[in-house]
Amino acid sequence: MDKDFTSRRRRELIIAAFFAALAATVPLFVKDVYIQNIMVLTLMYAALSQAWNILSGYCGQISLGHALYFGLGAYTTALLFTKFGVLPWFGMLAGGVISAVIAMALGYPCFRLGGHYFSIATIVIAEIALVLFQNWDWAGAALGIDIPIHRDSWLTFQFTRSKLPYFYFALVLACIAWLVTWWLEDSKWGYWWRAVKDNPSAAESLGVDVFNSKMGAAAVSAFLTAIGGSFYAQFVSYIDPESVMGFQFSLLMALPAVLGGIGTLWGPVLGAVILIPLTELTRSYIGGSGRGVDLIVYGLMIVLISLARPQGLVGLFSVSKKAVSR
Amino acid sequence: MTALLETRGITQRFSGLVANSNVSISVGRGEIVGLIGPNGAGKSTLFNLIAGVYTPSEGSIWFDGEDVTRLRPAARCQRGIGRTFQVVKSFESMSVIDNVIVGALVQNTVMREARRKAHEVLEFTGLGARAAVPASDLVPAEKRRLEVARALATEPKLLLLDEVLTGLTPTEAQTGVELVRRVRDTGITVLMVEHVMEIVMPLVDRAIVLDLGKVLVEGKPTEVVRDPKVITAYLGDRHAVGS
Repeated sequence: MDKDFTSRRRRELIIAAFFAALAATVPLFVKDVYIQNIMVLTLMYAALSQAWNILSGYCGQISLGHALYFGLGAYTTALLFTKFGVLPWFGMLAGGVISAVIAMALGYPCFRLGGHYFSIATIVIAEIALVLFQNWDWAGAALGIDIPIHRDSWLTFQFTRSKLPYFYFALVLACIAWLVTWWLEDSKWGYWWRAVKDNPSAAESLGVDVFNSKMGAAAVSAFLTAIGGSFYAQFVSYIDPESVMGFQFSLLMALPAVLGGIGTLWGPVLGAVILIPLTELTRSYIGGSGRGVDLIVYGLMIVLISLARPQGLVGLFSVSKKAVSR
Repeated sequence: MTALLETRGITQRFSGLVANSNVSISVGRGEIVGLIGPNGAGKSTLFNLIAGVYTPSEGSIWFDGEDVTRLRPAARCQRGIGRTFQVVKSFESMSVIDNVIVGALVQNTVMREARRKAHEVLEFTGLGARAAVPASDLVPAEKRRLEVARALATEPKLLLLDEVLTGLTPTEAQTGVELVRRVRDTGITVLMVEHVMEIVMPLVDRAIVLDLGKVLVEGKPTEVVRDPKVITAYLGDRHAVGS
């Protein structure tokens, strides 16, 4: 039994390493900048959705305000760099830490709310933050921050000639988010989170510290999300409140995990690989008419996938495994 | 030796309704004690007070020489009080083994050891073959056993069983009775709430009968079932012996 479990865990690691290696070779064949751009976004959302999945999928606290942490990461990096000349690498860490602290400060009152009320609170808080940033003159208010380009360098994490450095960094980010989840899944926290999601009172009777489990999940989730936000700020080199803290980011972080399989290790990756190219391609090929045809098609596809696989797309791959165990 | 569990003059009010009134009971080490009584007698309230779901309006609860009156359920679990739920509360999205691992993590910080402990408990409770199955696939009787397995995995000194034998078929109930005996044989004290007297009476060392929130009678099962007060409480005045 124990051996089965260990080998299954190891197999997952090998599969992940294989796909990561495969992804790393893709730019050798795909030179098209437009496609490369989509790949960068796909990997970024895979990482972000993986981060969202920790709090909302594993621990069951559905957040629809993760744009807040994404924005905090972006703003921390951009502000530290433009105002104080702090390198983005430190900005990234600072953004992560600030987000984690704020997530816990917000969690302190909000985790007393049950179910839907928690989700509503997260939306409201993110919207408040958005308005605050829109009116915060020092941080550029609604105009945002233009990150000045010096020259291509890993030190300042700026690249104008090629998207490849961003691609590889996004890949590393996605791998880190996946690995953190993989590691946490078989830890005390992983078990506590799933217990809290399924039944908090039963969890408490089994010695689980329900409140601190949620706080822990929120901190890890916010930290990773902020790193993604920092990356995004560097990638687009111009940020304003709406473009990094808008509600659509909260949804775009949640959707891949929900579509791929909420509370699963592979769900966010699978969801992002399908959803993000779909988003970008529908927008470029049938969007732009101003009639919103792309959004209709996009929405329709999500509805169809949800109808076919209500438990998420990862279900497609576990069917055979289930049949054996029965 | 002092009692493992002791409640001292516990009173619990729910906005005007007195569910428990000055209840003092004690459970000795290694005993199987049955907590019985008709519907609405206050059994579940007392049970939840001991498990830490409520804090009593008055009185105190002592466990293993320590005042645990104000401790949360999780803290009581860490001190050695394990419980099951009357309405089963399995972690439905998790496998059977994962359900039990959550309990095993109380005493085992290393995952490998928690997993080993969980397998051990599943074998003990007869769920070994179902380890990999999702908890949602278990039949009701198995879910009851999973409740017990999870609580046992926390390595309790006192196991609180809330109507684990109610609603089972006679065969299933018999298996359950044997399981409770085996649990006691491993040195765990058992306090069980049951509604149906004929199942628990042969099993318990001592029975405490609650009625209208108070301790009505306490003693050996054979004496308790013959007590006119108990018969009155369960069946009404007309059936009491000698009236």
